[in-house]
Amino acid sequence: MADFEVPELKETLDIPKYVDGVMAHSAPYTAKAEFQEALGFPGELPENWQQVALEKMTDLRTRYRSFQVYLDICVKCGACTDKCHYYIGTADPKNMPVARQDLLRKVYRRYFTFAGKYFPKLVGAVDLTKEVLDDWYSYYHQCSQCRRCSVYCPYGIDTAEISMAAREIMDSISIGQKYCNEILGKVFVIGNNLGLPQRALADTLEGLEEEVEEDTGVAVKFPLDQKGAEILLVPPSADFFAEPHVDGLIGYAKVFHEAGASWTMSSYASEAGNFGMFIGSYEVMQKAALRIRKAAIDLGVKRIIFGECGHAWRVAYAFLNTLAGPFDFLDPRYPVPQHICEYTYDLIQKNRLKFNKSENDHMTLTFHDSCNVARATRMGDKPGGQFDIPRAIIKAACNNYVDMPADTIGEATFCCAGGGGILTDDLMEIRVKGALPRMQALKTVSVEDGVTHMAAICAICKSQFTKVIPYYGFTMDQIVSVHQLVSNALVLTGATGENDSSENDEGNTEKE
Amino acid sequence: MSALSVSYAILFYFAFAILVGGLFHKIRQYWRTPTPLKIATTPAPVTQTGVILRMASEIVLFSSLFKSNKWIWIFGWMFHVSLLLIVLRHFRYFVDNTSIIWFWVPLVQPFGVYAAFTMIIGLTGLLARRILVDRVRYISSPSDYLMLLLLISIASSGAMMKFVSHTDIVSVKAFFSGLMTFNFQPLPGDPLLLIHLGLVATLMIIFPISKLLHAPGIFFSPTRNQIDNPREKRHLAPWAAELEAEKAK
Ligand code: SF4
Ligand code: SF4
Repeated sequence: MADFEVPELKETLDIPKYVDGVMAHSAPYTAKAEFQEALGFPGELPENWQQVALEKMTDLRTRYRSFQVYLDICVKCGACTDKCHYYIGTADPKNMPVARQDLLRKVYRRYFTFAGKYFPKLVGAVDLTKEVLDDWYSYYHQCSQCRRCSVYCPYGIDTAEISMAAREIMDSISIGQKYCNEILGKVFVIGNNLGLPQRALADTLEGLEEEVEEDTGVAVKFPLDQKGAEILLVPPSADFFAEPHVDGLIGYAKVFHEAGASWTMSSYASEAGNFGMFIGSYEVMQKAALRIRKAAIDLGVKRIIFGECGHAWRVAYAFLNTLAGPFDFLDPRYPVPQHICEYTYDLIQKNRLKFNKSENDHMTLTFHDSCNVARATRMGDKPGGQFDIPRAIIKAACNNYVDMPADTIGEATFCCAGGGGILTDDLMEIRVKGALPRMQALKTVSVEDGVTHMAAICAICKSQFTKVIPYYGFTMDQIVSVHQLVSNALVLTGATGENDSSENDEGNTEKE
Repeated sequence: MSALSVSYAILFYFAFAILVGGLFHKIRQYWRTPTPLKIATTPAPVTQTGVILRMASEIVLFSSLFKSNKWIWIFGWMFHVSLLLIVLRHFRYFVDNTSIIWFWVPLVQPFGVYAAFTMIIGLTGLLARRILVDRVRYISSPSDYLMLLLLISIASSGAMMKFVSHTDIVSVKAFFSGLMTFNFQPLPGDPLLLIHLGLVATLMIIFPISKLLHAPGIFFSPTRNQIDNPREKRHLAPWAAELEAEKAK
């Protein structure tokens, strides 16, 4: 099935002894000059590339406290060495978080610290050579910026910050990753990562309306570019067509329908995911984020709600207000932005949604906490809401739910191994190997608790899992969207299809 | 005064200047570097009080390290608490313990004495891990081993003066009081004492140019010290505000 060895699922998850250089060959395709230039990066490697790269490093050190402090303060305690799913899955020592940071740190030390300038051997400082640059390209594209290491570091050192800086430094000397940078091009020209134009979106949504009506007998709308709507929904573009994403989109629409909400999507801002974060560029990330602000203003909405997407929720929750705020033109009664799970959860709390849980009885579910939702964001007003709210939704819609082992969920969750710009076919090996810890945890609950399906709230997680899960002996359809479960069980007012339960309909008709 | 006393006096002035000047420089650098984005590792406190508690538990209990690795935690915590007790104990060489604000100095003395042993045990544990655990060995540079050896040597030379070959601590106190009041006094020529003090001065000098910067640095770690309130309060770095102003033009 693969031209590399797929790790074996054992009884427990072992921390491997390191094997030098086993993943050195893994590197994604580089972006063509035209795509680099479109993002404002040089198209060709400058002759004095070392100097340019070092200047960029200084620029970033003076603009990001995290970068400067984290380059200085690592004590090499080793606490993070066994925490990265890519190390666990590959045994390549450069996939240990501290070693990944060191690829950049040893150059920082060489050029910018006393010890590194005068005693390089003593402190492991090295010159910036072509070999070092190759290592950067290779190993900074084996980090999904999942922040698991940052939870366990005594100083909170976040390797994601270092990876982002490294990618920005490489972009500054023309070396960009094809996958991320070409996608960003599509966002700026067309409006979403998949390059779906307005016409195609409209057709897709119309098709969905027909499909849902056929299924349920209820005219659930999927509005696009509707001026004057109250809510702007920004879904990840995968939600428009791919399985199981699209079932999630159907779930959102049904929830809005039941709430009687006036909502719309935007063809101009039809992408929740913001790849600007993956390449570490504030400017690019801001440019993409401003599209959402513009769409909200143009459509005259009062609220912004994001669909199920992990890294997207980070940019939305933690950065959007900074990048594209202030949002004083929106309804101040709601946080900006909100997550679709917060919205649905709120309706559940208010008893506004009715579920027929038995619709999901053919499944026993578990929930994968997406890395960036878990460790970089929140839902609701209490810390940890990002764990409780999605679970509460699943439990409201399903009878059978089991958590995976405690050290693999919540803040300790293992990344799907496809985040942060890794979700590309040219990185298949690292994607498959990095998924090992999550697959191991899934196997545990499959065997012990009869779990049949794993729900997720991230477009990347869903795409990644449906692709890599077969390597571990599971099947694609075992991955579901959280709002797909909602969609299955939600009792629609006036439904005639299999969801019909008209005697229970009263009490569901109140409108916002 | 002997040439020896003079050299040690100069050494300590120099070490002190590097330590204070270097730390001042680094702290100012950290202070002045903006944090353009909210990057608290969540779940994170949503109030300032919450953040103070989070930081306190990191600094006093090493709580993240505890979650992470019990061996590193036990050795590391043992070493740091011992070091704290020992430093407090050494105040008796610098302060006038007849004054009321220093009432606690005599009280820590008995703890300080045994702390030398726990410090050595903690450091040896860390050194053993560095050598024995393959992953930790991989990430270690010569300086990482030397740092541990330096600390072990400081602790053992100090402990030996206490338990094996006593030194004239009254003169030592006079020497350091003299340095502080510019009323120079001779330093006893004990080899153990000279080694101990030489190593301590070395530690002071490398402090601001090494990984020991983790001590001030942890206070500046945005993943730990930020309040989780990006939706409630707009966070904007000065350079980002400039960028925005430029665009608005
Ligand atoms: S846990 Fe933190 S301080 Fe320790 S080695 Fe890893 S990055 Fe460095
Ligand atoms: S951020 Fe995640 S992928 Fe990157 S080094 Fe840390 S644990 Fe590994």
